[in-house]
Amino acid sequence: MIDLIAEMLSYKFLVRAATVGLMVSLCAALLGVSLVLKRYSMIGDGLSHVGFGALAAAVATGASPLGLSIPVVIVAAVLLMRLTDGSGIKGDAAIGLISTSSLAAGVTAISLSSGINTDVCNYMFGSILAMSKGDVRLSVATSAAVLLLFLLCYNRIFAVTFDENFARATGVNAGRYNMVIAALTGVTIAVGMRLMGALLISGLIIFPAVTSMRLFKSFRGVVLSSAAVSLSSYLAGLVLSYAAGLPAGASIVLVNLVFFLAFAAAGRIR
Amino acid sequence: MAALVCRGLCAAYGGREALHGVDFELPAGAFLAVVGPNGSGKSTLIKALLGLIKPSAGTVKLEEGVGRSGIGYMPQQSESRGDFPATVYETVISGRLGRLGLRPFYGRQDRREAEKNLRLMGLWELRTRAFRELSGGQRQRTLLARALCAVDGMLVLDEPAAGLDAETQERMYSLLRDVNKKEGATVVMVTHDLVRGAAAATHVLELDGGQKYFGEAGQWPGRAQYGSGEK
Repeated sequence: MIDLIAEMLSYKFLVRAATVGLMVSLCAALLGVSLVLKRYSMIGDGLSHVGFGALAAAVATGASPLGLSIPVVIVAAVLLMRLTDGSGIKGDAAIGLISTSSLAAGVTAISLSSGINTDVCNYMFGSILAMSKGDVRLSVATSAAVLLLFLLCYNRIFAVTFDENFARATGVNAGRYNMVIAALTGVTIAVGMRLMGALLISGLIIFPAVTSMRLFKSFRGVVLSSAAVSLSSYLAGLVLSYAAGLPAGASIVLVNLVFFLAFAAAGRIR
Repeated sequence: MAALVCRGLCAAYGGREALHGVDFELPAGAFLAVVGPNGSGKSTLIKALLGLIKPSAGTVKLEEGVGRSGIGYMPQQSESRGDFPATVYETVISGRLGRLGLRPFYGRQDRREAEKNLRLMGLWELRTRAFRELSGGQRQRTLLARALCAVDGMLVLDEPAAGLDAETQERMYSLLRDVNKKEGATVVMVTHDLVRGAAAATHVLELDGGQKYFGEAGQWPGRAQYGSGEK
């Protein structure tokens, strides 16, 4: 086991994938608690499709992948939050419209520029080879910003998540914190989706929170456990994928599923 | 001095006008019971008062000195989330949110205030329990303790005694009277309970979409009609 890990550490690309992946897993797990509790889980899924469209457009036009997808996904996140809160089109339908449109736009952009090829597969299901040095720096910086903001807003995020009317009645601008959560989620997804894949990244957001809620009764307990579950799943998934030659994103989500089943069983017994 | 002034207040909720022509002046330190049948605009009035909805006409003004962060609000229990992972303590201290200002975390004063209100509500021993595991009465007390953590001048309650048995209701009302008298907080309470609820109050506002009565509880015509729970 130790040999295996030492061997993995000797590959620069694996170290990069681990660094970015752990940061993204942590961000996704923390934000996921709030999103899941506010019934916004599908926003993560919708955003990853928007991210796919943006990545494809970036490749087609030769723009920087993260440079383009981060702002696009943030705008989409804010938009989706607005749609879900407002009356107009029902939130889940709105997410469906936006995510399929982005997916279609992305596929079109790719087929016009280079034809459907392995790139598309990589965007869909992730590739740990995707991270360049510049990407790592940008990813670590954005993830650090997400973590810092989450920490500083922790008590407000709790209040806004638990009882938005009470938070607003005491003068907290709940709309603003919803936007902060949406924007941070957008950044996390844009950074993480090339590693995890557009179709799998929302697993990082939803699984840890839902898993932790099987066992923990306090908000803080759920937040801490989500972080731990997410980090362990990522590491275990990465090792599993290297040892068994499996795709990384899929292995990580499957480890998350194992955690979920274990926590659910433990919750039953208790 | 008036704690709360409504002038020609009209408000719509869910696309229809739920409240029109509400006009009164509530003295500071009063205990107001807002009564009326379902759909008479009681909750809409509370939402307008808290700034959760904008009046379509007229104004609602709080006494100077009572900012939004000085209102302790206790929502209807049905509005609070039953499956949420939160302990009693986490819920109660979140009442101090309005006092955080620019600070990111609660300080010693906030924790002391939370402890005081937990003890006052008889919840100190339950503080590590999950909110979702509590009985109806315990949940009500938790939400009231949270509201008390936020109070600086005014306490606003939406059906605080709904779904409680008679004995727990009586305790709830006597707690509210204490907060009103000892802490000098103005209390605005929506209630269905015309007997015990209205008896706890000093003033009554009766709504039926418009304003049917506002004045001292003693002069309220409904008092004779519904029987008074005099002490």
